[in-house]
Amino acid sequence: MMTVTQQFLTIAAVALATILTRFLPFLVFRSDRPTPKYIQYLGKHLPLSVFALLIVYCLRNVEFTGGTFGVPELIGIAVTVALHLWKRQMILSIAGGTLIYMVMVQAVFV
Amino acid sequence: MTAKAIKAAFPHTVPILAGFLFLGLTYGILMNVSGFPWYYPTIMALTIFAGSVEFLTVNWLLSPFNPLQAFLLTLMVNARHIFYGISMLDRYKEVKGLKRLYLIFGMCDESFSINYTTDAPEGIDKGDFMTAVTILNHSYWVAGSTLGGIFGSVLTFNTRGLEFVLTSMFVVIFLEQWLKQRNRSSAWIGFLVSAACLVLFGADKFIIPTMIGILGVLTLLREPISRRDAS
Repeated sequence: MMTVTQQFLTIAAVALATILTRFLPFLVFRSDRPTPKYIQYLGKHLPLSVFALLIVYCLRNVEFTGGTFGVPELIGIAVTVALHLWKRQMILSIAGGTLIYMVMVQAVFV
Repeated sequence: MTAKAIKAAFPHTVPILAGFLFLGLTYGILMNVSGFPWYYPTIMALTIFAGSVEFLTVNWLLSPFNPLQAFLLTLMVNARHIFYGISMLDRYKEVKGLKRLYLIFGMCDESFSINYTTDAPEGIDKGDFMTAVTILNHSYWVAGSTLGGIFGSVLTFNTRGLEFVLTSMFVVIFLEQWLKQRNRSSAWIGFLVSAACLVLFGADKFIIPTMIGILGVLTLLREPISRRDAS
């Protein structure tokens, strides 16, 4: 268990890194000069790759070759996607997917 | 900052009000059931204001002290903000002083999406409008997190599996982006490189190789991908 000081240093590190990612472009690319073409290209295509990475990151500890074979996670994701394609309501999709997952790990795959 | 700007911005932020109260509540509850006092989620919501890494920070606070790793992982996870900033260079250009600093500080996914796509109504200063959007979003997030932190302790239902809300949120953000973008090569690149690096480097060490890999593949395939953009 961390001490309170260590906890606050951890929080400060996370806050500082977040601030850095938000301020960096404004420090590097001055607004009076055009943004380089390569950076514009990355700005257009990086987001979709990064969101794909974040989904994989959330599933990194799921055991697909044993245990529950990742079934609760796959069902949770399928329900989230289906709800979202149907209603396009962010809150409904997230709440629905999470609820199904909770039912799965609490009642079905115990 | 005027009351008029807040009034004009509010309708645009209603979906975020609902989303942030729900996600913030979940995050506050998660902090509470992990054994932290109620003001921890408040302080983190105020100073970090980046939902996904705040959820990750819950794990880091429960692990051995390693602020450098928390710093580097946050840089990786929030690297996408760099690209929001690039897109906002123009729109934030005319805003000066403290307002400008706050706009950049508060540029989470949702503030970015609204401020990037919405124009201020007639008679309302652009900078004031964007600042109002950001302040509203920030306060929803702080309110939700604080409520969760306080009421998590009186919670009597089984919260096992609640952390899936994060996965679900990223799936929705991904899907939104996927539906908006016609050229989806970068999605496949993201999935394939992440999966390959996960297998090669393992769950604890795959993020940095994946970031490098994605940058590398996107750079190598710049010609064909740009050609598909144009067609």
